[in-house]
Amino acid sequence: MYNFDFVKPASVEDAVAALGGDEAQPLSGGMTLLPSMKQRLNAPATLVSLTGIDALKGVCRDGDMLVIGAATPHAVVARDAAADYPALAELAGQIGDPMVRNRGTIGGSLANNDPSACYPSAALASGATIVTDKREIAADDFFQGMFATALDEGEIITSVRFPIPQKAAYAKFAQPASRFALTGAFVAQYANGVRVAITGASENGVFRWSEAEAALSSNFSADALAGLAASADQMIGDLHGTPEYRAHLVGVMTRRAVAAAH
Amino acid sequence: MTKVTLTVNGRSMSGQAEGRTLLSSFLREELGLTGTHVGCDTSQCGACVVHMDGQAVKSCTVLAQDVDGASVTTIEGMANADGSLGTIQQAFQDHHGLQCGFCTPGMVMASAALLAENPKPTEAEVRHYLEGNICRCTGYHNIVKAVMAASGQDAGGAVAAE
Repeated sequence: MYNFDFVKPASVEDAVAALGGDEAQPLSGGMTLLPSMKQRLNAPATLVSLTGIDALKGVCRDGDMLVIGAATPHAVVARDAAADYPALAELAGQIGDPMVRNRGTIGGSLANNDPSACYPSAALASGATIVTDKREIAADDFFQGMFATALDEGEIITSVRFPIPQKAAYAKFAQPASRFALTGAFVAQYANGVRVAITGASENGVFRWSEAEAALSSNFSADALAGLAASADQMIGDLHGTPEYRAHLVGVMTRRAVAAAH
Repeated sequence: MTKVTLTVNGRSMSGQAEGRTLLSSFLREELGLTGTHVGCDTSQCGACVVHMDGQAVKSCTVLAQDVDGASVTTIEGMANADGSLGTIQQAFQDHHGLQCGFCTPGMVMASAALLAENPKPTEAEVRHYLEGNICRCTGYHNIVKAVMAASGQDAGGAVAAE
């Protein structure tokens, strides 16, 4: 990879100031950014590490919310969210492999918004709030297509607030080589309805499957989805699966998630 | 260049690192610890796994400057004080858990991390935990046997399961 200046601030304020420089980019766990820099797909002049900022780390319960610091690694979420939001902890425990989970962070995953990443589905299905250094963004407004988010240049996610559902589950059909989701469905039931978010399938990134939400909100069972099929229109087609295959998986994984919800 | 100091296998060691210097390169080229292997350099194969502050990481995808001050254990730190093979290393030898040996440093370090958090894993847990370590020789069965044996459990049950 091309060389760059490396800085490691100890506070969000200092990180924001450092990101004001020319072609500066934030670095969290680096599980996506560093490989993409090795391939020279990305060549920042300055990398601003967020891993030295203690305020960005940790999992804590706040009433009916679970608040996760943006620089919290997946392995910590898998462990520390297990009691309050088991489905979210289980999702975190299925990302990549143990070494990736020790470094990769929730904030990094959401900011990158890989169309096959796991976390975006949890944030969207939970109606989470993405908190940054300057504002709060609803998950419904945050994800704006493949690798695109509402974040401004230099804006840092500081934490993510997840409303804790009555029941939820994530069902992932893993692409065995990359361990990303070939298709993953996160289903979350709240007092005011059910939300279903699908990752890995659409060319537009994570999305809500509204027909399934309507069916599940009146009858939370896998049977309620009988006859419902997602459209293959705008689904990803690659050597791992056709758009039709992924559209089929959307139904299968959603039914599995509903059956597994707890 | 910036000075980076790590505690490696219990010893304080320093060297120079650019922004882009990876922990794997720093260990191998700056500190001369070539037991850590770089296989794919794309964070998939796991040959470069070391422990950093007690956690297994893929050192080819960690920046040396980002972990300045950390405590690192490499495969060189896994032998006993008298130089004989450590328990996991010995189990790999006893159960033929390696052929060419290229992946072995990462396999041993990942296995050590597993046994630290789960001292008596099931065979399925061993296979699951080693998902991020790729061996192109053994087909994994003998590696799994070695880890089961290193945990003090019967190694004989490891059979083709997937």
